[in-house]
Amino acid sequence: MLRLTAGRVGSLLTRRATAALSTSSARMASHEVSETVDMSQPLYWDRLDTPLPDRPFKDIVSAADKSLKQKEKGPWSQLTKEEKIALYRLMFCQTYAEMKKPSSEWKTVMGGIFIFLGFTGLVVWWQSIYVYPPRPRTFDPEWQAKQVKRMLDMRVNPVEGFAGKWDYEKGQWK
Amino acid sequence: MFRAVFRLSASGARSVVRSRPCYSAPVASRCYSHGKVESDEEFDARWVTYFSKPDIDAWELRKGMNTLIGYDLVPEAKILDSALRACRRLNDLASAIRILEAVKDKAGPHKDIYPYLIQELTPTLTELGISTPEELGIDKL
Repeated sequence: MLRLTAGRVGSLLTRRATAALSTSSARMASHEVSETVDMSQPLYWDRLDTPLPDRPFKDIVSAADKSLKQKEKGPWSQLTKEEKIALYRLMFCQTYAEMKKPSSEWKTVMGGIFIFLGFTGLVVWWQSIYVYPPRPRTFDPEWQAKQVKRMLDMRVNPVEGFAGKWDYEKGQWK
Repeated sequence: MFRAVFRLSASGARSVVRSRPCYSAPVASRCYSHGKVESDEEFDARWVTYFSKPDIDAWELRKGMNTLIGYDLVPEAKILDSALRACRRLNDLASAIRILEAVKDKAGPHKDIYPYLIQELTPTLTELGISTPEELGIDKL
């Protein structure tokens, strides 16, 4: 009996779940879906530590490319510089120099850091004017002077510390 | 026999490029207690044999080169010579140029390794008609 009801509840839930899924996927299909790369096929990538990727960069499609590839089967000394570069660019996307080219990304990062630090500074400044409570009177110079006098009268740390640095005969700091 | 050792990393990597012929070559020092240590010559010979396979296929060339570049060393001229000849058998000039670029990058801050290798490989490069990246101007942006 229990099992039956559980089964019924289970089937109800799955029906609701599939309904929800189908409506949500229907909604998603109306938006843009990102391009998926077929990872089951050999991929191309430019990496310094992988000089020869799994597949060439470009597929040989045009007639000019095909004839160049035919010429490649003969002696390479007969190829002109431009043809050699063309063969390289067919096979690879970026040269090592292009892969290693430094980017200006660090400027963006540092700029962002400083912008946020500056903004934080402005926030702290505003807070110090509108949020902080009034300054305690214990910070006033007169209060501080009286506090020092009291500490000296109490002989606070008389051996090595505070009162130890006060010359009681001359009434001044040592 | 003079063999020079160029230490590419602090861990005593098995390096195989001769640059100053006045150091004696210690055998690569690894931490295995009882495993047989392969000498530099054996390592080189193994790789030369790998690329010398007459019917080597493109996959084997790619796999060999990517593995070799993954090691902490700059390959010897004779290994590269064998690899370039494999490219010739496969009618693949672009990969041959790529190999030269990769080797230059492997040398890292040691700027004298690559010119030395090119000097050693010049007979092969002229024989096969391979241009260096510098000659084609692709070493610049």
